[in-house]
Amino acid sequence: MRSGTDIAFLGGMIKYILDNKLYNKEYVANYTNAGFIVGEDFKFKDGLFSGYDAKNRKYDKSKWAFDMDANGVPKMDISLNNSRCVFQLLENHFSRYNTMLVSSITGTPEVDLLEVYKTYAATGARGKAGTIMYAMGWTQHTVGVQNIRTMAMIQLLLGNMGVAGGGVNALRGESNVQGSTDHCLLWHIWPGYLKTPRASNVSLDAYNKKWTPKSNDPLSANWWRNYPKYSVSLLKSFFGEKAAKANDFGYDWLPKVDDGTDYSWLTIFDKMYKDAVKGFFAWGQNPACSGANSNKTRKAMAKLDWMVNVNLFDNETGSFWKGPGMNPSTIKTEVFMLPACVSVEKEGSITNSGRWMQWRYQGPKPLGNSVSDGDIIMELGNKIKEVYKESGVFPEPILNLKWDYMTDGLYDPHKAAKEINGYFLKDVTVKDKSFKKGTLVPSFAYLQDDGSTSSANWLYCNSYTENGNMAARRSKKDAPNNIGLYPEFAWCWPVNRRIIYNRASVDPKGQPWDKKDWVIRFAGDVKDGKYVSKKWIGDVPDGGWYPLENPDGTKRKDAKYPFIMRKHGQGQLFGPGRADGPFPEHYEPLESPLENNLMSKQQMNPVAPVYTTDTDSVASNSPEFPVVGTTYRVSEHWQTGLMTRPQPWLLELQPQVFVEMSEELAKEKSIKNGERVKVASARGSLECTAIVTKRFKPFKIAGKIVHEVGIPWHFGWRWPESGAEESANLLTPSTGDPNTRIPESKAFMVNITKL
Amino acid sequence: MPGKSFFIDTSLCTACKGCQVACKQWHDLPAEKTVNRGTYQNPADLSFVTYKLVRFNETVVDGKLKWLFFSDQCRHCLEPPCEMTADDPGAIFRDPVTGAVLFTANSKDIDTQEVIDACPYNIPRAARDGTLAKCDMCNDRVRNGLLPACVKTCPTGAMNFGDREEMLVMARRRLDTVKKIHPKAKLLDPDDVRVIYLVTEDPMLYHSFAVASNSAFDVSRKVALKTLLRPLTRLTAGL
Repeated sequence: MRSGTDIAFLGGMIKYILDNKLYNKEYVANYTNAGFIVGEDFKFKDGLFSGYDAKNRKYDKSKWAFDMDANGVPKMDISLNNSRCVFQLLENHFSRYNTMLVSSITGTPEVDLLEVYKTYAATGARGKAGTIMYAMGWTQHTVGVQNIRTMAMIQLLLGNMGVAGGGVNALRGESNVQGSTDHCLLWHIWPGYLKTPRASNVSLDAYNKKWTPKSNDPLSANWWRNYPKYSVSLLKSFFGEKAAKANDFGYDWLPKVDDGTDYSWLTIFDKMYKDAVKGFFAWGQNPACSGANSNKTRKAMAKLDWMVNVNLFDNETGSFWKGPGMNPSTIKTEVFMLPACVSVEKEGSITNSGRWMQWRYQGPKPLGNSVSDGDIIMELGNKIKEVYKESGVFPEPILNLKWDYMTDGLYDPHKAAKEINGYFLKDVTVKDKSFKKGTLVPSFAYLQDDGSTSSANWLYCNSYTENGNMAARRSKKDAPNNIGLYPEFAWCWPVNRRIIYNRASVDPKGQPWDKKDWVIRFAGDVKDGKYVSKKWIGDVPDGGWYPLENPDGTKRKDAKYPFIMRKHGQGQLFGPGRADGPFPEHYEPLESPLENNLMSKQQMNPVAPVYTTDTDSVASNSPEFPVVGTTYRVSEHWQTGLMTRPQPWLLELQPQVFVEMSEELAKEKSIKNGERVKVASARGSLECTAIVTKRFKPFKIAGKIVHEVGIPWHFGWRWPESGAEESANLLTPSTGDPNTRIPESKAFMVNITKL
Repeated sequence: MPGKSFFIDTSLCTACKGCQVACKQWHDLPAEKTVNRGTYQNPADLSFVTYKLVRFNETVVDGKLKWLFFSDQCRHCLEPPCEMTADDPGAIFRDPVTGAVLFTANSKDIDTQEVIDACPYNIPRAARDGTLAKCDMCNDRVRNGLLPACVKTCPTGAMNFGDREEMLVMARRRLDTVKKIHPKAKLLDPDDVRVIYLVTEDPMLYHSFAVASNSAFDVSRKVALKTLLRPLTRLTAGL
């Protein structure tokens, strides 16, 4: 299929599943918001949802609200017949996604579409499971979040969330992406997915009120109701004894982000390019090659006063000032290189895509004068504190920061891991259990909002307890359900639950949909058709409440819906929190081969970010750039190639950047296999070796032939020595998803010429 | 026949080339200076410093595209034509325990071209001074209870190694399973070699030397009469 058309492809599958009634009706009715009644303000016309503000490229999401009953609980019709219920609106929304139209957009022949749909939809049968594993490319679109959401919706319809062999699984671009995100790598979140405070959150109370969701439904666990316990425990972890109730636990010392502003990658480099950023820590990254629109990124770095490059080796980022097209004599940026050691030379943990926190011991000692990131950041913190002790504006945040993670002058990963888990800070009694001051908190259920506990990441509370470092466990014993959970191998957040939302793996009576490969089952005592005691077996259940129904089919009032992290407890077929609409919709990428989106009058995602500097040229539906371009990885290189390109054995395998194209396109352009060619977009160009392959085929899109080419992005001018192998991100545009601002590096327009 | 064998299940190979790199690492072989020649296959061929090579081929079978991967290496024949042709245990010999066919530095003193021509799988490669090299089954590792480096590194289960009988059982069992999806699947020369490939398509689509020609082993057996055959081999090579 053509890059950038996943929603059309998957939307066709949703239609197929609904038309042929292949969904799990009981699951959909009970565990998703399919039955919720959507307010009359919600509309969809000509590719736009109601509430669109064209001037600010923004939606007023209040137009997408659910209808509430007198108690403030969403009105529901679990027969799914109400014309304003999510299920009916969903059916209506995707009724346009017929295979003929989908084929015309994606280029996938109708017969192949149907084969995929039929095969996958069969996993909706009770007791069957289907999983999807996606790579980062799926997120790198102006509709990235909605790509994933469309698949998640399919999984909800088929009853594939929370079950063994189900889910929507991200295959990360690096072994610890999950861990780094959990611990707040991104600008908009604090550790454990707490929100970065906005300027309008003027006090801790205002902050907690703003971000703690409220549900009036007694059947909704609404787990985020505990938000203040986690935010206060985090502040206690940041500031220790300096954080007290009287000073809002130091909330005022933390930076706030401006409301309505984003501080994402694309925007940082846009601001940098506009001279608004003076200094930059490039920590374990290589933006000169990895970021979309690399020419813009490289030019932006020339506007900095200083840059600190923390990495294993020098790279295109640290040496940007002597790269192609740069004149070192005119560049003021001062670059500092801090050599970091490689992961195997340090002790610590990684968290994989399955949320397993795995402890790793130190292998060899760091080479030369390289040190671990932990040591670099600890020393940096100590030096900054020293400077602030002498003088400095607003020194409190720095001076009050608890910074005691060293042992004998070195960063101590165990101290950091324990801090992440959290401590009792005084003798307390919680839920009839007494805990001593200074002991580790056994689980986040015991965290408090009164300053008596700390936890640097509530999700990891339970990972390092008085029983030891749970992540270092290596038992190969399986759980009683024998589905490969291995609960005593490493540790999994939350509270060692291996399959999240696993209460969706059972029917409303608590019995597994899949009798053979079950995740959990309710095994409480039954008396007169009613459950009279609580007992779940298998995986750690998503909350130990009773099932929704008794064995005799009567509803229980003390039960909870399975999707406990959602406000209303339901899987969201209708997602009113997204920036670009509650339902996914196919839009063309920023750069498309088509003049008009075949699905609606709205050409591209109406709220996708647009940047407008002179480096942000765009060429859509242009005869100058008629070929769809995409980027990807090869197994021989890693990321921007910093660790692989200088490695002769790996460079031997993939020595040069290449562009893959169909035999038909090669013939059209008189390009021979193995020949060097130039690939250009509206923003930049690079030389590539042509791989003419049967694996690429021309698409028939909207009645015309559209070609696509693909380029791996691992290369950069710094190595190999020729300097001729450059990054494919010279071609990609500075736009991206409106929810995440992940750049659209997987669908753009190029041209190819013989050299 | 005791000793060791490989079972290489190409249906599980993803062409990551981990085996290629592990081989270079264990044998401390230098990287070759390569260019992209319009394929993922690199280096272009086996060489004196490349004993293991994943061969890539694209082909269309019954209207469906197949991207075929063939992780090529010495087959460690049960009756190795190279050994018989050399007829010099100081240059080419078999480890009696593992069955590994091993070339020594003395191989430069034998008729190198003749040995190369004798190999039905086109494996041995000569250095400029005529010394021959190829996969040695990581015999040093194997004799010390370790797996060959390529097998150890394989993440998909395509590369397997063990006692010959065990590998034959594994290969036959796997063939039964794979045949249900790929009716043309077969094992390549399982009775003649210690490196048994499972392929799902016509072996010629993977590599022209994937299987020995029908007469190869008949010829090799006759190499016992090598005084008679040697001129013939030379004649063939001359063509």
